[in-house]
Amino acid sequence: MIAPANLIEIRNLSVHFEGKRQFVRALHGIDLTLKRGEALGIVGESGCGKSITWMAALGLLGSNARVSGSAKLDGQEILGASDEKLSEIRGGRIAMIFQDPSSSLNPLHKIGWQLGEALRLHQGLTGEAARKEAERLIDRVGIANGRQRLGEYPHEFSGGMNQRVMIAMALAGNPDLVVADEPTTALDATIQAQILDLLDDIRRERGMALVLISHDLGMVSEMTERVAVMYCGRIIEDTPTADLFDHPAHPYTRGLIAAIPSFDGPRQRLAAISGTVPPPANLPPGCTFAPRCTIVDIGCKRAVPMMRPAGTDPRHRAACEKLDAVLPTITPVPTAAKPNAVGIMQ
Amino acid sequence: MKGALSARELKRYYTLRQRGSLFSTSKTLKAVDGLSFEVAPGEMFGLVGESGSGKSTTARLLLGQIPPTSGEVWFGGDKVGSKPDANWRRMRKRMQMIYQDPLSALDPRIVIAGQIEEPLIVHFPEFTPADRRRRVAQVMADVGLLSHHGDRYPHELSGGQRQRVIIARALAMEPELLVCDEPVSALDVSVQAQVLNVFADIRERTGFTGVFISHDLKVVRQVADRVGVMYLGRIVEMGTPDEVFHRPAHPYTKALVSAVPRTGRSARSRIILVGEPPNPVNVPSGCPFHTRCPEARSGCRSLVPELVASGGRAVACHLVNNPSFSGGEAA
Amino acid sequence: MLQFVLTRLLRALVTLFIIITFAFFVLRLAGDPASRFFDPSQTPPEVIAAFRRQWGLDQPVWVQFYRYIIAVLHGDLGNSMRENRSAVETVLSKLPATLEIMVPTLIIKTILGIAAGVTAALHRNSVFDRMIMSLSVLGFTVPTFVLALVLALIFAVQLRWLPSGGYSTVSHMILPVATLSIAGAAVIARYTRSAMIEVLGRPFVRTAAAKGVRSSEVVTRHVLPNAAVPIVTIFGFMMGSLVGGSVIVESVFSWPGIGRLLVASVQARDLAVVQVILLLIGALMVFSNLVVDLLYGLIDPRMRSRGGRAQAA
Repeated sequence: MIAPANLIEIRNLSVHFEGKRQFVRALHGIDLTLKRGEALGIVGESGCGKSITWMAALGLLGSNARVSGSAKLDGQEILGASDEKLSEIRGGRIAMIFQDPSSSLNPLHKIGWQLGEALRLHQGLTGEAARKEAERLIDRVGIANGRQRLGEYPHEFSGGMNQRVMIAMALAGNPDLVVADEPTTALDATIQAQILDLLDDIRRERGMALVLISHDLGMVSEMTERVAVMYCGRIIEDTPTADLFDHPAHPYTRGLIAAIPSFDGPRQRLAAISGTVPPPANLPPGCTFAPRCTIVDIGCKRAVPMMRPAGTDPRHRAACEKLDAVLPTITPVPTAAKPNAVGIMQ
Repeated sequence: MKGALSARELKRYYTLRQRGSLFSTSKTLKAVDGLSFEVAPGEMFGLVGESGSGKSTTARLLLGQIPPTSGEVWFGGDKVGSKPDANWRRMRKRMQMIYQDPLSALDPRIVIAGQIEEPLIVHFPEFTPADRRRRVAQVMADVGLLSHHGDRYPHELSGGQRQRVIIARALAMEPELLVCDEPVSALDVSVQAQVLNVFADIRERTGFTGVFISHDLKVVRQVADRVGVMYLGRIVEMGTPDEVFHRPAHPYTKALVSAVPRTGRSARSRIILVGEPPNPVNVPSGCPFHTRCPEARSGCRSLVPELVASGGRAVACHLVNNPSFSGGEAA
Repeated sequence: MLQFVLTRLLRALVTLFIIITFAFFVLRLAGDPASRFFDPSQTPPEVIAAFRRQWGLDQPVWVQFYRYIIAVLHGDLGNSMRENRSAVETVLSKLPATLEIMVPTLIIKTILGIAAGVTAALHRNSVFDRMIMSLSVLGFTVPTFVLALVLALIFAVQLRWLPSGGYSTVSHMILPVATLSIAGAAVIARYTRSAMIEVLGRPFVRTAAAKGVRSSEVVTRHVLPNAAVPIVTIFGFMMGSLVGGSVIVESVFSWPGIGRLLVASVQARDLAVVQVILLLIGALMVFSNLVVDLLYGLIDPRMRSRGGRAQAA
């Protein structure tokens, strides 16, 4: 049987949380596909739902979360799967690494024990075989003195080292996909570079798919082939990375890019997006970005915009009714002189 | 000179007592180890560095919140003391600080207007309540807060709004010196842009002298007139943002700069430093950076490089200042 | 390690000394034993005087104290005024009875309390959780004697299933143990629940789940060990009150243990016996604190290497 083309297919994924008096919708029908070995970046500001998407797919949300829609791994539905099936998938097919590595490891167990747990669960290794494999993994993620370090505890490691351990644990199950949720946000810049380098290396070596979740557009653009931008629980732009900075389509994306201080280009006043992100319990009608958009008109408030083609590249789509108004006439930009992070806003 | 800030050979050491097996040994944590820089009146001096570099300790030293182990801070021709006497209080009137985490810097039980007003009550007893109200309203408008926000509590505002309250509170004093410790790190990109614009506007209007501390090079590049790069309690490079960020001389600065994600660049062209950042408890001998420096020579292990200035530019690196001091092969 | 234990032992000795001193002075200030033993209106004053001389009560308090300390250092903790033997013997003879109810209580309330607390935490805000928590509030707010009397009323008087007092058969143990277990389990359940909830919210639990660890194993191998520290603390307190906590229950159910002995001895101002009991309770408390501290070190590796390798964040 031929393997399905897409590793991950998410259709109409919605999540709402039951609170005391009301339920709050956090995700509104996410559609996303991911191919084998693809590197996808998910970008958005806090509260946009970028982490919830993947936590929901893996069934990692709390008991007050109601998840609906579909999430398929290699054609198999994983939403609502049995605890047993999910245990196999988590770590074994899809691994996640999280933001604060030092609190993401159990403080009471040695590193070797925690690695060993993953190895036992997914590769059935115990005893000597497990120890050897753990050493190999620790070594692969760049921790020297592997044998000794396996006998130590997380509080004896720095943040960067703990993140390497997390990566090693993620690899223990030989997953097809690693979801990295803000993996370097809590780390120093130079350590961040090390970790991203490591992730990139491993990904290419194993042909793994990577989902990199971050608020840092620049970092994501260096590491991925494709980027999805999220706002208020929806994907509002989905494009090959190269096209993201060259031809950002959605006004929010443009706004984000214009708001990032430029490092190389000329110093100029930042073009901030007016207003603030609406609270999930109180979203405006129609396009959720409408109140802050500079090119809004009446039609935008009537209905939530669908994703539509947004540029020369057919894979580039954005959820905006007024795309024709913002996209310039398409002239290929010579690669030598790409302007850096300057948005085009009316 | 009015409004000029001067840090002279600032040092701040902490003694850590460790409970050893039988005796307790003590180690010295060198948070700040010989910091000197000048900030001209109305200038914004950016200080960048990673954790363990001593940036936050520096902020507190500059304001006199903690006493230096040695060295001095001078502002506007007066020495900044750290004993809470009358002189210190007078200085505090002119110097304000903005912190990283707005939620914990605000009292959860007092409304916003009240919190902005508080320093005025302390430092300007000659103001009438009407005067104070006017100043609060003015400063709130300056930072882009609406008047009804004044009646809200901190938890009812968003992160960006809270940070603006912090800024408003500091600005209500019309300080001559504003020290900002990671003021926008906890904010989303779009909010960060708004807050940075507020900063720019206010600077243009009042021309305060400022120190902007951050680990985010892009932000510092946006706001600073001059930049200092800190590593393990020392400044290793200093100059204009253009000089430091676009023509870095010190190997550490080069690595820091290459770690800044840039669009259209492949991930492979980063400079990756080897190893973990060392502990300020265990500062390496000689140049503190030599253990991770890709260009270290054997001499770097033994001699501490001086911060040598030429014009406004300064670098503390043997390879730059003493090219003949190689002492052999690369370490 | 050795230094740690030695320091604690030294502190323990100081604590015990303070307990002895305190007990000594408070008891002597609280009334004259002689007037308890003899009815002053019926007894000739010479008898009372002789009694007081015999027990050294005619001396100034400081002298009495000094003599007492010397005696203690020689291993003599005094004699019981009521029974004609050493105070230590008196107390130890009642110890087995107390242990007979306290040890089963300890076991039952620990198991019950932890089970209830863990279940409540795992099904937070469910009907079950609310039920357990309400019961637990009742369990530790209702005073012990009320609980004891209510249980006695229901099971002994009304239903006549169990005897209301005495010390002959196994069924006599049930009501005392039940009373103490309910109150104790209530406290343990509460602490366990909040410890569990706090740990469940921590990032590493999410990591374990994301790794593919089954939920039952997440609880047993990741959550419980981390929740253990506060639970062990409470357990330490409870171990300490192994002897002293049964006073009321023993009185209500006429159980001839140390609790009852304590009450009787205080009423009769049988000084030496009271002091021995207080010393025993104090020693137990100190010992259990030491054990708890050692357990902390065993459970949580961060508490072992203090000031060892400090890492920059």
